[in-house]
Amino acid sequence: MNMIRKNFDVLIIGAGGAGLNAAVQLAKADLRVAVVSKVFPTRSHTVAAQGGVNAALGNVDDDSWHWHMFDTVKGSDYLGDQDAIEFMCREAIPTVYELEHNGVPFSRLDSGKIYQRPFGGQSRHFGKEQATRTCAAADRTGHAILHTLYQQNIKARSHFFTEYFAIDLLQDEEGGVTGALVMDIASGEPMILNARATLLATGGCGQVFRTTSNAHINTGDGMAMALRAGVPLQDMEFFQFHPTGVAGRGMLITEASRGEGGYLINSEGERFMERYAPTAKDLASRDVVARAIVTEVREGRGCGPDKDYVLLKVDHLGEEVVAKRLPGIRETSKIFLGVDPAFEPIPVYPTAHYVMGGIPSDRFGRVVTPAHHGPEEVVQGLYAAGECACVSVHGANRLGGNSLLDILVFGRLSGLDILEYLDEHPRHRLTHSSSEERAMARFQRFEAEGEGVSVAELRGEFRKVMEDHAGVFRTDDIMREGVEKVKEIRRRLDDVRLHDTSRTFNTARIEAFELENLIDVGMSIVTSALHRQESRGAHSRPDYPERDDRNWMRHSLYFLEEDRLDYKPVRTRPLSVDSFPPKPRVY
Amino acid sequence: MEFRIYRYNPDVDQEPHLQTFEVETDRGMMLRDVLLEIKRRDESFAFRHSCGEGVCGSDGVNVNGRNRLACITPVSDYRKGPVVIRPFPGRPVIRDLVVDMSDFYRQYHAVDPWLKRKDPVPEQESLQTPEERARLDGLWECILCGCCSTSCPSFWWNPDKFLGPQALLSSWRFLADSRDQAEEQRLDDLDGPYKVFRCHTIMNCVDACPKHLNPTQAIGHIRNLMLKKSV
Repeated sequence: MNMIRKNFDVLIIGAGGAGLNAAVQLAKADLRVAVVSKVFPTRSHTVAAQGGVNAALGNVDDDSWHWHMFDTVKGSDYLGDQDAIEFMCREAIPTVYELEHNGVPFSRLDSGKIYQRPFGGQSRHFGKEQATRTCAAADRTGHAILHTLYQQNIKARSHFFTEYFAIDLLQDEEGGVTGALVMDIASGEPMILNARATLLATGGCGQVFRTTSNAHINTGDGMAMALRAGVPLQDMEFFQFHPTGVAGRGMLITEASRGEGGYLINSEGERFMERYAPTAKDLASRDVVARAIVTEVREGRGCGPDKDYVLLKVDHLGEEVVAKRLPGIRETSKIFLGVDPAFEPIPVYPTAHYVMGGIPSDRFGRVVTPAHHGPEEVVQGLYAAGECACVSVHGANRLGGNSLLDILVFGRLSGLDILEYLDEHPRHRLTHSSSEERAMARFQRFEAEGEGVSVAELRGEFRKVMEDHAGVFRTDDIMREGVEKVKEIRRRLDDVRLHDTSRTFNTARIEAFELENLIDVGMSIVTSALHRQESRGAHSRPDYPERDDRNWMRHSLYFLEEDRLDYKPVRTRPLSVDSFPPKPRVY
Repeated sequence: MEFRIYRYNPDVDQEPHLQTFEVETDRGMMLRDVLLEIKRRDESFAFRHSCGEGVCGSDGVNVNGRNRLACITPVSDYRKGPVVIRPFPGRPVIRDLVVDMSDFYRQYHAVDPWLKRKDPVPEQESLQTPEERARLDGLWECILCGCCSTSCPSFWWNPDKFLGPQALLSSWRFLADSRDQAEEQRLDDLDGPYKVFRCHTIMNCVDACPKHLNPTQAIGHIRNLMLKKSV
């Protein structure tokens, strides 16, 4: 087939915080960088991050990156890799200053320094008093950061392929990555982008669940592409349910609402978090608070006519604080609930929010997989950063404010490491013909005509299965059934037929590709979850209620081929400080 | 409730037409929910959307003659039908409600929308008082949805020469930032009869902005500053 082929030094797939922060490093170095995004860059889901980004600047109270590191290790329920966590917490400080220098409109303290607020799971002196570590631009921090990064890329003249959808990675004979097959959404035409290095920065996959804070676009595209290229996904059983989604709808009410002094109550008006986390209360880790809310509702203490949510109170803070510090969630509550949080409590319930797992990568952003010599062999030419990657800095549970940090630190580092990689690899590798054929077959997958299952129908069914079988609490029989149901849905994907096979801006075709990605990622979640027989962080099993460090302090690796699982050890040795050994996790 | 939707697929249609759909609506439903329901019935229907909560700026459309962000526009705003939903006016249609926004983005890029500093980079953050920072409120929250510029008659007529309300709001966002050190250059770049001065304070932009921002006021501030500097 005659198609357009272009050569670049670097291909970046995804234009959220991670992709854009990598792109700007590379464009500044005068390399030819192609940034492919299925939406205009500022529509990427980084834009929706609310509360802020963690860095031990100490603008309000004394703080240290070492305390930040302890909190992150503890928050991860000791599944996070301590070398990567140390690195991230140290880098946090210059990373936030760099954002400020580039123009991010952070809120300010009277001292003129960046405003910081308390967030869940934060402490000083290794688990003692509450810390104040989250740097914020009101409650629209992600918007402020994403727009600034896009602006820096305009300045650096990065080459954007906006509204191009990535179909699949291309590989050489040894499995090294040589670029990707993409589709111009407006024309429906395929195009081959060859690159010496490819960075996956495609974000999360919250659309696998029916109720989610994630956008329509968060369909795990990069994760599924990695799976199809033979790369496993790591720790996919760890999915964060954010405690405070808008009840019945799923959009996010920021943790900053509790950081600013808000708290949760049940139908009896009780501040129930005092029972679950006597010290940290409403600012315990997200997994702890989400389980508490689900337990309250299950035990009949939910609010509303169907007793199916709890209430988040911020009205005692006064209208001025709500207007100044929480304007975004005030607007969201008014529009979607008809509730003004300055005067009334907000109905909330946990919502699928963030995947801790992802494409296994090291702290330089390089994708690593068990191949011939050990569990962490670098895949040539392939990088991953942001939510689609698993470094792993979040382990079994991510702390609020560490997600923006992760995408910024490792996005930037990937960019810098790619610079070195390109020095050592001056030539493009040769794409193997079978790899290109496989990608083209996927491109043509949904062209068959005739009657069959619709994308909307199968997607609806799939997302319901995931919600019912891989939610906050998981038991063996529920998950076993879930695995079978997802397998059946995966089989039925072959029966999907599009009624619309036109070329121009065919969103039905895009949604079919996305559904395939969602199902592959969903399979990795239910399979990894079924096999982990312990409770750790966000993975909570009533049939195995304890954490089991002897057998399970290890990372899961799911391979698409035969739905195979493998495991690798947690990296418990930090770079320069002593290791934090596993301890019981109480808040 | 009756919805009339603009349809045009260049692959099969000779010319655009309005298609009528009857959609059952309930309290709390947004226009995006209606569009999704129509999409469920007819997968060939194309429109952009993503976050569903008014922050990504993807789903701007024209509703009964006014530009709105579908995901945060309650159906209850329209007591009785029919509700006519069209693509943004003045933009080339790619398909159905999807328009080509290249001119709009080009004008945004044209105002150098990034912070310009001349001082050496400090070790920590550059300082800004809460009052200085407050001047940016109502400016930085723009989501680039395009509702304002594509409702502006001056932008319809001169999308290549008049910067339009969005780009000018962004221009003022940097002029108003106490950290920015390129005022003179920014004002020089805005000089001429078209870039700023084609604004005739029609104020469609203010009505259209889903984030309740006020581009007309920002344009007024720019003009005042230009006048002050030319004296």
